[in-house]
Amino acid sequence: MNYEKILSDRVRNMKPSGIRKFFDLAAQMDDVISLGVGEPDFQTPWSIRKTAINVLERKRIVYTANSGLMELRESISRYLKRKYNLTYDGAHEIIVTVGGSEAIDIAIRGLINPGDEVLIVEPSFVCYAPIVEMTCGVPVPIPTKEENKFKLTAQELREKITDKTKLLILPFPNNPTGGIMTREDLEAIAEVLRGTDIMVLSDEIYSEMTYGRKHCSIAELDGMRERTLVVNGFSKAFAMTGWRLGYLCGPEPVIAQMVKIHQYAIMSSPTVSQYAAIEALENCDDEVQHMVKEYNVRRRYLVEAFNRIGLTCFEPEGAFYVFPCIRSTGLTSEEFCSQLLEQKQVAVVPGNAFGESGEGFVRVSYAYSLKHLMEAVKRIEAFISERNQ
Amino acid sequence: MMNELLELLRQNARLTNAQLADMLGTTEAAVAAEIHRLEAKGIIKGYSAIINDELAKTSEVEAIIELRVTPKRDCGFDEIARTIMMYEEVESLSLMSGSYDLSICVKGNTLKEVAMFVSQRLSALDGVVSTATSFVLKRYKEKGIFIEEEEKDERGLICP
Ligand SMILES: Cc1ncc(COP(=O)(O)O)c(C=O)c1O
Repeated sequence: MNYEKILSDRVRNMKPSGIRKFFDLAAQMDDVISLGVGEPDFQTPWSIRKTAINVLERKRIVYTANSGLMELRESISRYLKRKYNLTYDGAHEIIVTVGGSEAIDIAIRGLINPGDEVLIVEPSFVCYAPIVEMTCGVPVPIPTKEENKFKLTAQELREKITDKTKLLILPFPNNPTGGIMTREDLEAIAEVLRGTDIMVLSDEIYSEMTYGRKHCSIAELDGMRERTLVVNGFSKAFAMTGWRLGYLCGPEPVIAQMVKIHQYAIMSSPTVSQYAAIEALENCDDEVQHMVKEYNVRRRYLVEAFNRIGLTCFEPEGAFYVFPCIRSTGLTSEEFCSQLLEQKQVAVVPGNAFGESGEGFVRVSYAYSLKHLMEAVKRIEAFISERNQ
Repeated sequence: MMNELLELLRQNARLTNAQLADMLGTTEAAVAAEIHRLEAKGIIKGYSAIINDELAKTSEVEAIIELRVTPKRDCGFDEIARTIMMYEEVESLSLMSGSYDLSICVKGNTLKEVAMFVSQRLSALDGVVSTATSFVLKRYKEKGIFIEEEEKDERGLICP
């Protein structure tokens, strides 16, 4: 068989994830200290697991409604109101998805016609551009800058808007930079968008992980709810990555169309996870707060440590990553990461894996114990001081 | 700052003041002052290491003794607890709710030594109704730390 001919051109032309190559390299080595993952190190809170166990014992695990258990959608609705002052009707404006990932996928597929331009704030999570390309849309990166704390500015946005612009992907708190957008920052963006036909896909999966101030959703601002799709989920806030559950919220006419994709591609999201998720939203504030407090201690430690070592590091206010600049070493991001891996067996992710504007930086995850972080810092410090000799 | 500081020290009492200051977002001087205050007030009672005795080859034996006693009018269990507490062999001592009253952890060089201590010293005390001694065979976890093996990280090395 000539598979080259058989496969879809669009799939063959998809770039493999920039992380893959590096992953293969790390996998061959022993004694690697990794700071490379984007998922919490905490165990899912017990009451959530307990709920799932009870469900397995007592219920038949059958499909739920396509959009998800009504009880869960109502719970999401209350949660979003309570946490971020967002108003979504559980019956018509929320779809429970297989992770934030599926929410992103159906949102993009549901909006994009061939040739539509999609503005993607970069550096950012790796899935947006490939999904846009699969739908024959045109990804248009908007690089953000360290001197702006990796925020999107109104100026940068305005410069990229054309009459083909359909969608802005706004991923804050940001993976990999840890940057956030405050209400004032978002207001400036909203000002540019109001009165246009541009939609916003606001990926707020890290909304619970902010340090110092509460997360603000762009959908809360005047005139923005009608042009915004909010993606959120359970993976990060409740340490539930493997449960594969997230949600998409938006205006009813949009959600009504997107639920068709979900219905045909997925049928319904994992049932056990959906029951457990209700417990997460209703009864786990303390557990989340505990995790965030712990992340904050690690965050402060790492920022200080990198600055001391001479890899300058702006203070990230969200997610669980720090994004130190490695230009002082004279290495590219990829060189830095492969040399650090080979010489000191520490794995961090090259910033350019998250878009070209990530070049000159590396992503360091602090979803690890302090003990682990301290050992890694010791090794990175030795790496830098040996280079400086 | 107190609770966060105590939490960090509970996990690792050997963090330097500089490290603690970074983690807590404060200065070294403030950490030093706070630790001094907590020690002076008796909130921090001491610092100790968590040791894998098997590897360290200390050949001590350890037993947990469940003691039932008749409480004394006016002073309850305090009087007998204060007596027991003074024995060097007693590593820890707690008043319990439930089917017995005092839980005593005793360390000694040999099984016999510990057994003798229980039968001759503890059982003989005024007010002791019964003792039940269990020897510790193996410790898996202490103060939140796995003794024999590192906690496994099931996550991959790298993911976006
Ligand atoms: C910014 C961002 N969005 C979405 C996701 C997808 O998460 P999930 O599908 O587990 O909800 C991730 C995961 O790393 C992420 O970092």
